[in-house]
Amino acid sequence: MSVLLIAEHNNKEVKPFTLNAISAASQINEDVNVLVIGSNSDEVAKSIAQVPNVKKVIHVNNSIYENYLAENYTSVITKLSENYSHIVCSANTFGKNLMPRVAALLDVSQVSDITKVISTDTFQRPIYAGNAFATVKSNDKIKCVTIRPTSFDPAPTSGGSAEIQNSDAGEATEIAKFIKKEEIKSDRPELGTARVVVSGGRGMQSGENFKLISAVADKLNAAIGASRAAVDAGYITNDHQVGQTGKVVVPDLYIAVGISGAIQHLAGMKESKVIVAINKDGEAPIFSVADYGLEADLFDALPKFLEELNKLNTIQK
Amino acid sequence: MKILVAVKRVIDYNVQIRVKEDNSGVVTDNVKMSTNPPDDNAIEEAVKIKETGKAKEIVAVSVGEEKAQETVRKALAVGADRGILVKVDGIVEPLAVSKILQKIVEKEKPDLVFMGKQAIDDDCNQTGQMLAALLNWPQATFASKILVKEKSLEVTREIDEGLETIEVNMPAIVTCDLRLNEPRYASLPNIMKAKKKPIEQFNASDLGVDTKSRIEQIKVEEPPKRKAGIKVASVEELVQKLKNEAKVI
Repeated sequence: MSVLLIAEHNNKEVKPFTLNAISAASQINEDVNVLVIGSNSDEVAKSIAQVPNVKKVIHVNNSIYENYLAENYTSVITKLSENYSHIVCSANTFGKNLMPRVAALLDVSQVSDITKVISTDTFQRPIYAGNAFATVKSNDKIKCVTIRPTSFDPAPTSGGSAEIQNSDAGEATEIAKFIKKEEIKSDRPELGTARVVVSGGRGMQSGENFKLISAVADKLNAAIGASRAAVDAGYITNDHQVGQTGKVVVPDLYIAVGISGAIQHLAGMKESKVIVAINKDGEAPIFSVADYGLEADLFDALPKFLEELNKLNTIQK
Repeated sequence: MKILVAVKRVIDYNVQIRVKEDNSGVVTDNVKMSTNPPDDNAIEEAVKIKETGKAKEIVAVSVGEEKAQETVRKALAVGADRGILVKVDGIVEPLAVSKILQKIVEKEKPDLVFMGKQAIDDDCNQTGQMLAALLNWPQATFASKILVKEKSLEVTREIDEGLETIEVNMPAIVTCDLRLNEPRYASLPNIMKAKKKPIEQFNASDLGVDTKSRIEQIKVEEPPKRKAGIKVASVEELVQKLKNEAKVI
């Protein structure tokens, strides 16, 4: 019984959610092996070897893996799979894209987006946008599992010294080609891991008005989120979307501004520790999950909120 | 060019679901059912491509109980030319659905298969990728823009970091994001016309696919309820509460 975890990285650094997935993997079994498929990705392999929960790093280093394509990754993983009882990765756009392709080739029925490890074959996962939780038992010989990163703490990044073993590349795919990635760079904390998130919805009325959100976010060192309505309306880019089909966030503080609180949005944020809702419609469903609700026009409330924050002597970062 | 579009019948996205008292699942009796929302985007995109003259035929397929015929019929009303229903009772896991779709693809030989990126009932997000694996076709998941070229597609994908563009050779699988397009409503004349369009029916067993569950559903529970919060009267009070009571700022 060993777990093979597929790392997500950019050939220089490991992506933070891989560390959450490592935590979950070690709850399944202590023998966690991490597979790094990359190009000039030695630094990634070395940094993962320092994670104490990791027993071995398998490094496949070849220029064909400069950009991630599921079509390229799959053969490497299926070849290694016979030595493992579980294959796992994070349930973000990386893992959601990759794991089913692996599972189908192994004739395995995948367990997606788990929030709890109950035993080596039994897991809890949300269904219906988190309005219900299913406890499921996988009866396949190899278990393919993706992990909801925000449900597990990240593994520590130092103190370990796992062996790094090199392994062979597969054949390069000819049916799919990477063209470009438009990454939105920001100095703010990442939405998925931020301690505070300030989100705007359709009530913001324009992209320009999101500067009111940015000002508060700057003050609180927060990430900026958005409802699907705000993204669809073009107020803000898709990488900010929180919800069933966007990102799931579990910050200490979530401030929802001008968001009515559709089921699909609540799915992405209702596990937050403290929820604040600012909305002028007192009947908006967002108030049913809010710890502190303020029924007010956001265009009055946000500048005033910033003013009050400025009066505080200290603000947690 | 021929496009196969897979559609799923799910509980309507506006319905607040209820968990059954015996924890065996969620209540579906007398609950409004609809097409899985991103599957509507998949149909819409296929129809748009047909309207440019680049596709000749659109076939809508659903896997599910008898009533999934309504979902196929809706796709026909929006612009699919004919339908296929593969009947299966009870829960069908994405792996079994993708094996059924594989059989349909082998029969129909489409150049493209479109479907929604995720079904909003089980939230699995697997079927498209699994079908691509079984067929050894490329996959363009979470598509928010599709450019049809001679023998390939250029697809913009919504990913955590922003947007990614890839090129996939045809035949290919595309799973559609909600932002790919704005699904149209079926007009009354088209709904009438759709009633005359053919829907071919199969049983999963006719296709030789084993649909037995590999995953045991042990129980389904309600999520823990959040304690009701309070309404604050002013911004000043809100900031004081966050600072001194919740201690989060």
